[in-house]
Amino acid sequence: MSAVPTSSPLQARRHRLRGRLGDLALHGLTLAAAFACLVLVGAIVWKILELAGEAFDRFGLAFITGRTWDPVKHVFGALPFIYGTAVTSLVALVLATPLAIAIGLYLSELAPRGVRGIVGSLVELLAAIPSVVLGLWGILVLGPFLAHHVEPWLHSTLGFIPLFGDPQQTGQGLFTAAVILTIMIVPIVASISRELFLGVPRDLEEGALALGATRWEMVRGVILPATRSGVAAAVILGLGRALGEAIAVTQVIGGGTRIGWSLFPPADTLASKIASSYQGAGSGLEISSLMYLAAILLVLGLIANLVAQVIVRRFDPLRGARS
Amino acid sequence: MNRYRRRRIVNRVMELIATVAALVAVAVLAIVVLSVAKRGAGAISWDFFTKPQALFGQPGGGIANAIVGTVLLVLMAGAMALPVGVLTAIYLTEFAARRVAVPIQVVIDVLAGLPTIVIGIFVYALLVIGHTQSGLAGAFALAIIMLPLIARATQEVLLLVPSTLREASLALGVRRWRTVLGVILPSSVGGILTGTVLAVARAAGETAPLLFTSSIFANTVQTDVTKPLPNIPVLIFTYSEQPDPALHEQAWAAALVLMAFVLVASLAAKALLARSRRKLVG
Repeated sequence: MSAVPTSSPLQARRHRLRGRLGDLALHGLTLAAAFACLVLVGAIVWKILELAGEAFDRFGLAFITGRTWDPVKHVFGALPFIYGTAVTSLVALVLATPLAIAIGLYLSELAPRGVRGIVGSLVELLAAIPSVVLGLWGILVLGPFLAHHVEPWLHSTLGFIPLFGDPQQTGQGLFTAAVILTIMIVPIVASISRELFLGVPRDLEEGALALGATRWEMVRGVILPATRSGVAAAVILGLGRALGEAIAVTQVIGGGTRIGWSLFPPADTLASKIASSYQGAGSGLEISSLMYLAAILLVLGLIANLVAQVIVRRFDPLRGARS
Repeated sequence: MNRYRRRRIVNRVMELIATVAALVAVAVLAIVVLSVAKRGAGAISWDFFTKPQALFGQPGGGIANAIVGTVLLVLMAGAMALPVGVLTAIYLTEFAARRVAVPIQVVIDVLAGLPTIVIGIFVYALLVIGHTQSGLAGAFALAIIMLPLIARATQEVLLLVPSTLREASLALGVRRWRTVLGVILPSSVGGILTGTVLAVARAAGETAPLLFTSSIFANTVQTDVTKPLPNIPVLIFTYSEQPDPALHEQAWAAALVLMAFVLVASLAAKALLARSRRKLVG
């Protein structure tokens, strides 16, 4: 705003009017953009549900418990893929959670000053690797390694647990997918946890140390209880990521509709089934059934997301979930 | 005394576990980067960047068509997402009442957390069914992924702008819209740009949204955005599913190019972000 014109009242009024119009225009424009975001999310939900309609009318909720996926006989069911999604995500969470919390603790409490920034950015870089690259590495390097070294070892030492059945030759299967997912979610959970741990008031930490607690006792008695719900939210965000990852999982999971105890055989998740059938789908009913899978995935993703946000907002109402 | 020693040992063990965990994460990054570099470097040559894909079953060829397509897709996506993202962030930080801001914030975070394949299917339903795959559809899908990232990054820098700056401008009688456009935006433009670069780096590597929108493409350089644009992620994905080792080599090399771009872009953006943040906070 340059010199304020005071010479003529007419000019002044015009100036004020322009100012008010400018305010109104910017307010309106930004409101429209924000509204567009709302419309976008609404449209995504609506479109997916609409496309799933044909399969929903045909199979109803029994689709969720149906175990067959047979394009020839036009019988479709989602259970094998829900099983695959649940197993890969849960195994990934079990592997990733302790690892990520330990990394968060190292970065916030242990690492020397110079190392902290470097290791922290390296962990974040791990999250930046495109999933298709990770999948390529998974299919050609990690899979064969797991199949020839890790899976036989797990089978021979822990084979009495039905989870560790006969190893596979190709290395494509639930277990490989779970390991890839672990690599993808560890950096996410670790960086959120680090921020949470750093946010614990210094007075509390120093108080515990002054009372004679060792560093680990301070972590267990002060830091972890103070950040418990935040870490839980971070883990749920990681779960949401694991549920929805399509590409890397499609590359390493092998494909199949088997449901069983062992972690090693090939299978499919909801997302990988959709991704791997993208070109082959023939009938309208098959496409609609794939959309039904997407709708289930959407609902699971929304639930994970909202739960995490509710937890985060309970004690940091201004800022939402970070990733 | 014994008890004290036990506590110290437990402490040591836990410290060791945390250190090892951090080492494992760094080691995994190193292993992935090195094995991609080792396998990909062999196929990288001048031809690899300047020649399009070879016809199916023929040797040689490069990924020129996919590089051009990915650049186009990401540029278009950025052009779509940047204005909407920045305007949304301005609305949330400058205009919205808390009652309105919270639900919008929730929706943006939901958008950021949606499975990317679901976004791909949405755009497929909206723009591809009844028409054909196209570069525009692919760019739109990538834009939806970039939108919440840009909005969030912008919001973070806008919140860092000192309120004294805002109040000084308003106290001088400057209108709100001129305060926003003339004072607040210029002082946060660095942060917005780096946020955008991070979003571009993320979008450049996304495959799932393109699978349904821009995956059946010609092996020639394509600049017509109404046709499906060749792109690096889908190329890697299709090659990795083939049994042919020659295609695997090409996939590794393409992965090396993609990964190098993404990692360098994110590193540079993060370094810049840290600098511009320091400048704002003082």
